[in-house]
Amino acid sequence: MIELSLDGQLLRVAQGTTVAAALYLGGDGNSRTSVSGQRRAPFCGMGVCQECRVSIDGQRRLACQTLCRSGMQVETQP
Amino acid sequence: MTRDFDLLIIGAGPAGMAAALAAAPSGARIAIIDDNPAPGGQIWRDGVQAQLPAAAQRYRAALAAASNVQLFAATRVVAIAGPQQLLLEDDNSAWNVRYSTLILCTGARELLLPFPGWTLPGVTGAGGLQALVKGGVPLTGERLVIAGSGPLLLASAASARKAGAQIQRIAEQASLAALSAFTLQLARWPGKLLQATQLLDSHYRSDSFVVAALGSEKLEAVRLSQSGKIIEIPCERLACGFGLIANTQLGQALGCRVADQAIAVDDWQACSRTDHYAAGECTGFGGSELALVEGAIAGHAAVGEQHQARALWPQRARWQAFARQLNRRFALNPQLKQLAEADTLVCRCEDVPYSALAERSSWVDAKLHSRCGMGPCQGRICGAACEYLFDWQTPTPRVPLTPTRIDSLLQLAEAQVHG
Ligand SMILES: Cc1cc2nc3c(=O)[nH]c(=O)nc-3n(C[C@H](O)[C@H](O)[C@H](O)COP(=O)(O)OP(=O)(O)OC[C@H]3O[C@@H](n4cnc5c(N)ncnc54)[C@H](O)[C@@H]3O)c2cc1C
Ligand code: FES
Repeated sequence: MIELSLDGQLLRVAQGTTVAAALYLGGDGNSRTSVSGQRRAPFCGMGVCQECRVSIDGQRRLACQTLCRSGMQVETQP
Repeated sequence: MTRDFDLLIIGAGPAGMAAALAAAPSGARIAIIDDNPAPGGQIWRDGVQAQLPAAAQRYRAALAAASNVQLFAATRVVAIAGPQQLLLEDDNSAWNVRYSTLILCTGARELLLPFPGWTLPGVTGAGGLQALVKGGVPLTGERLVIAGSGPLLLASAASARKAGAQIQRIAEQASLAALSAFTLQLARWPGKLLQATQLLDSHYRSDSFVVAALGSEKLEAVRLSQSGKIIEIPCERLACGFGLIANTQLGQALGCRVADQAIAVDDWQACSRTDHYAAGECTGFGGSELALVEGAIAGHAAVGEQHQARALWPQRARWQAFARQLNRRFALNPQLKQLAEADTLVCRCEDVPYSALAERSSWVDAKLHSRCGMGPCQGRICGAACEYLFDWQTPTPRVPLTPTRIDSLLQLAEAQVHG
């Protein structure tokens, strides 16, 4: 198992889990809020739509193309 | 940093892997890059909840064993840094790669069309949901409606069911007549017929398409048109995709000719630009078997093995015929152009509604008058949707080709100064 932090909460996931999956496993699955205030979640699942962008260790990254690593700090955009 | 390779392959799906393996015995120095954490592309995507078929495992093992092939995973193309030179970015750094020959194996993405409620959490692409599930997204106990078009709907349903979803409906927009004609033809490709039988599902309906996703904060139900009747199905998830479209952006940026919304190639899989080849679904939708044989042809041709490449032409012709059947039978019903309402967002990045686009004359006009296509997806979703909805021409890709870190862009500036 891997331990990471999602919005300040500790979360344990299996090796090989994407950050997109972690959003569902540890939260409501949402990644960001759109320019007009809508909540959004991963949509295309394959690195195209950019809906899943979150902050990972301070860098903007695509949750669907990033694997969870231990000690990772993931912050969604409220 | 700059690395040099004889052959650079972009995309490690079936086409890219087949290309690398065909070219490897020549001894050429080969690099294959892919933006996903593992090779496999769409159909052979790896992950915690993925079960890789034997063929995928064979290709991966062969690739790992080829000492002159280097795989760079989680690496994307950011920009063209010079003649036969690209700027790449991985998790830690940006670097330049120089090549003598390039093979584009950038695959395809789903056509995702706007309809009321499509931005609600709970709504994903059809192949999109499959990809998310392979990466570990749990679906246990969730009610799922799948809608759109193409065989991918059934493949997505099978993955979702394994992950615990309760399939409520699979709505295929194609008509019963088209589906029957397709099924009759399938006997020509026995492997495909078998696959279709294995994927068959009692929730499958023809002549059916999504009308709206309902819910306030998240998805609560889906409204469908089913053989002309409107029905509503409560569910937690909707997976909706309208077939596949070729990823042509990098090819376009490199100056390779695009025709019929795909990278144009000749019999050798060569592009209009010398020393540039393309194979697999970036040259048109056709399934993994076609991608594999096209990849192998491109790999052989790229290292001057015309004889081996030519030997594969008959096999390619056989799968091209299958691709023609697919494209013909799953052609989209023009009614789908009317799904979006005035306030339906078409551009999900900049939240631009349909009403702001409907009166515009072209993609450029739309961009000038709204922020459509100006967000981080760079028009990959809304540009393709507008192409279908309004018959506008594909937006020309801009640099960087993908959202990029500042340090990578500085490296690009440096490369251009120093040549
Ligand atoms: C979401 C999705 C799910 C699918 N699922 C199935 C399925 O279950 N069964 C089935 O029969 N068919 C499926 N297909 C169809 C499938 O695309 C083909 O059968 C096959 O995978 C095509 O192979 P390919 O090598 O041409 O492209 P792909 O498999 O699409 O591979 C292309 C690869 O290139 C990478 N790439 C693209 N551009 C860049 C870049 N600029 N930099 C770095 N990397 C890049 C992509 O991320 C991808 O990994 C699916 C398609 C999609 C879009
Ligand atoms: S879900 Fe679309 S880019 Fe990650």
